[in-house]
Amino acid sequence: MANQGPAYYSPYPAATYEGVITPPEGKALLLSDVVDEEVAMREIAKVMLTKENATIFPGPQVLYGFNEEAKKKATLIKEMAEVLNAKMIPMYDYRPKYPKIDAEVEINPNHPNLTIWHNNIKAAIFIGVHCHYANVALKIVRSETDCYTIAICGLSGHEDAMATLRDQHSSELEKFIKIAKEVKAELGK
Amino acid sequence: MAIDIYKINPEFRDIMPKEIIDLEENATWAQNQSKPRGIKELPETKEILEEHSLCAGCPEAAALRYVLSALPKPEETIIVNSTGCTSLMFPHIALHTVHSLFGNQNAVASGIKRVLDWRFPDTEKDVVVLAGDGATVDIGLDYTLQSFFRQENITTICFDNEVYANTGGQESGMTPKGQVFKMAPTGKKFEKVKMWELAKTSGCHYSINMTASAPKAVAKAVREAILIAREIGPTYLNIYTPCILEIGLSANEGLGEMKDQDKDRFASYKYISPEAEEFLKKCKAEGKL
Repeated sequence: MANQGPAYYSPYPAATYEGVITPPEGKALLLSDVVDEEVAMREIAKVMLTKENATIFPGPQVLYGFNEEAKKKATLIKEMAEVLNAKMIPMYDYRPKYPKIDAEVEINPNHPNLTIWHNNIKAAIFIGVHCHYANVALKIVRSETDCYTIAICGLSGHEDAMATLRDQHSSELEKFIKIAKEVKAELGK
Repeated sequence: MAIDIYKINPEFRDIMPKEIIDLEENATWAQNQSKPRGIKELPETKEILEEHSLCAGCPEAAALRYVLSALPKPEETIIVNSTGCTSLMFPHIALHTVHSLFGNQNAVASGIKRVLDWRFPDTEKDVVVLAGDGATVDIGLDYTLQSFFRQENITTICFDNEVYANTGGQESGMTPKGQVFKMAPTGKKFEKVKMWELAKTSGCHYSINMTASAPKAVAKAVREAILIAREIGPTYLNIYTPCILEIGLSANEGLGEMKDQDKDRFASYKYISPEAEEFLKKCKAEGKL
């Protein structure tokens, strides 16, 4: 333990210790592979359209209309959910929930696996979740469930997600929706 | 701007739980109120503690509700707290709170207040420190007093339960002489620190020692203290919130204990500096109190 960092105290395995790091600018991450953004977008759309109970978890940065970008992203995420035939379950804040969460309709970063187990979610997009809580939630989900996690991040992405898109703002979301529509048509969904 | 973070985007309204929609629609934010907030808000407000994880009947939970109900502008207030029983409640509050290291709360609050004044020069932002007696008077005494010396524009509220409660009952500086606890079996050897008097001599413009037995009195003191801190300088409230477990009382005996102490160790002490007194008169005339 002496020469190991605080992450070693975590009961959950961290992707960084397996050599997986966030993708460089302009690229995306699919499992441990750095790929072009468009390739990742196609794969994400395919996963969301084919896996059972695909769900989008919007976080506070898009749930609340605190600036114009958040309002615009909200409209796009709604459209994205329709294109991907996905359900939406909000992560509306990060406070621990007592006595227990209603796993049917909400997700909490402190125990996100409960919502995924309860709803049998096999693919999920995290979007608008602040980085530090996305890191916590994704590690727990990665360790405790067989859910394929996708991080659509406005900053540098999350290595603990199975697919990561970085620097995603409203223009990139529009691009993703366009690609998702094409994949949907190809799959005949 | 601050209140916008609670405005739900219309696209997500249908998936948000009722409690969050209630928070948006019914919270008693100051900008939605024609009159000052107060104890009357307690039964309905969403931003005030709805549930808590303290012991059943803990007077601290009641006192925190009184404090929160009396914040002049909750949407523009940052509460800085420290390790202790109070820190168990803050995750349940829909207000801005910052958890600092044990004892550092007044130093952290000083920094936050200065940055807020610099970043939002046209908005009144209140910074309130809320910590227990261990953090305020023992471990953090240096930081507490230094913030008074520096005349920081912050309000410091000490929930004085006279013991380190959630670590099993060790004596604190605020424990009265002779008191025996599980982890202080021979009884305390020296007198309770008169923090409210230290606050006065250290430069506070408003210093009070009271119990939380009377909700309206607590709310009035909190409101006055915050308004004075905003305009004039540091203020201090010492509020007795007994740890009923550590002194061997039942869940329904906390209020009785506070009422008893109203006449004893917590007999009312109130100091207001002349300029603060003048300022309060002005606030009253303007309907801020």
